[in-house]
Amino acid sequence: MMRWWRRRRHDHAADPLVCQEFVELVTDYLEGKLPDTDRTRFEAHLAECDGCAGYLEDMRRLVGSLNLVAEPPPDPETRQALTRAFRELRGDTEPRDGDLR
Amino acid sequence: MEEDHAFVERLRAGDEAAFDALVARHDAALRRVARTFVRTDAAADDVVQETWLGVVRGLSKFEERSSLRSWIFRILVNRAKTHATKDARNLPFSALEQGDRPAVEPAAFGLDGRWASAPPRLESDPETGLLSAELRTQLLSAVERLSPAQRVVITLRDLVGLPASEVCELLEVSDANQRVLLHRARARVRTALTPFVEVAS
Repeated sequence: MMRWWRRRRHDHAADPLVCQEFVELVTDYLEGKLPDTDRTRFEAHLAECDGCAGYLEDMRRLVGSLNLVAEPPPDPETRQALTRAFRELRGDTEPRDGDLR
Repeated sequence: MEEDHAFVERLRAGDEAAFDALVARHDAALRRVARTFVRTDAAADDVVQETWLGVVRGLSKFEERSSLRSWIFRILVNRAKTHATKDARNLPFSALEQGDRPAVEPAAFGLDGRWASAPPRLESDPETGLLSAELRTQLLSAVERLSPAQRVVITLRDLVGLPASEVCELLEVSDANQRVLLHRARARVRTALTPFVEVAS
């Protein structure tokens, strides 16, 4: 059976890209790491394939959504304990100029 | 960014409000990353606490050759690895060389390598251009089901938002390996979200 995704990109530099190769190049493309020849083939395919355009758009949305996952703030108790540790541990270190106010 | 020289100087001068702001900003992300190395939430809490103490103790020695954030994550990863070893948990990168699985199941394509039918789209919010709120709630559990190596990379890159160069340095992986892991991770998360999409018949 043909394994398209294993095909080395440089083997067929002049050939048009097919969808099964396209999906394997999406991350390199988004990371700006595709060599020029591949980027040209990638963008040429993108311009003419709605399925792949949708796939790429979904990947961008996926990454954008991950980036915005709301992290709960630490609970006040933890924050107070850490601030206390900050105060005390700093006391253990040698004073620096300007520390004594 | 507040995390510049002036901010570091405030911390060194013992500014508690600055330290509290630093904790508020990074604590949850540190916990999330720690959890990719250790088995339990309790162990992750320990790692994060040790990290903050390491930050406080190390401030006077921080040379500011990297960003403050990256220095803090470096401390975290070191502590987490120590814990993971004690914990006898395999470190993520022992699993680095896993099978070369395609981003999309081969069955989705015809013999000519083109989509057999248009791939299902993820439902998104037309206003924000993000995934729908429903899908966003599925994101974290999809990330948690990834292999450890994929999980740590997608967490650092896409959840925490560290640049590729910092992630490679932190995890001691090559740029190419980092990208392969990120690629597999994103593709698998997409696949995990796909069943929630109504497939057009």
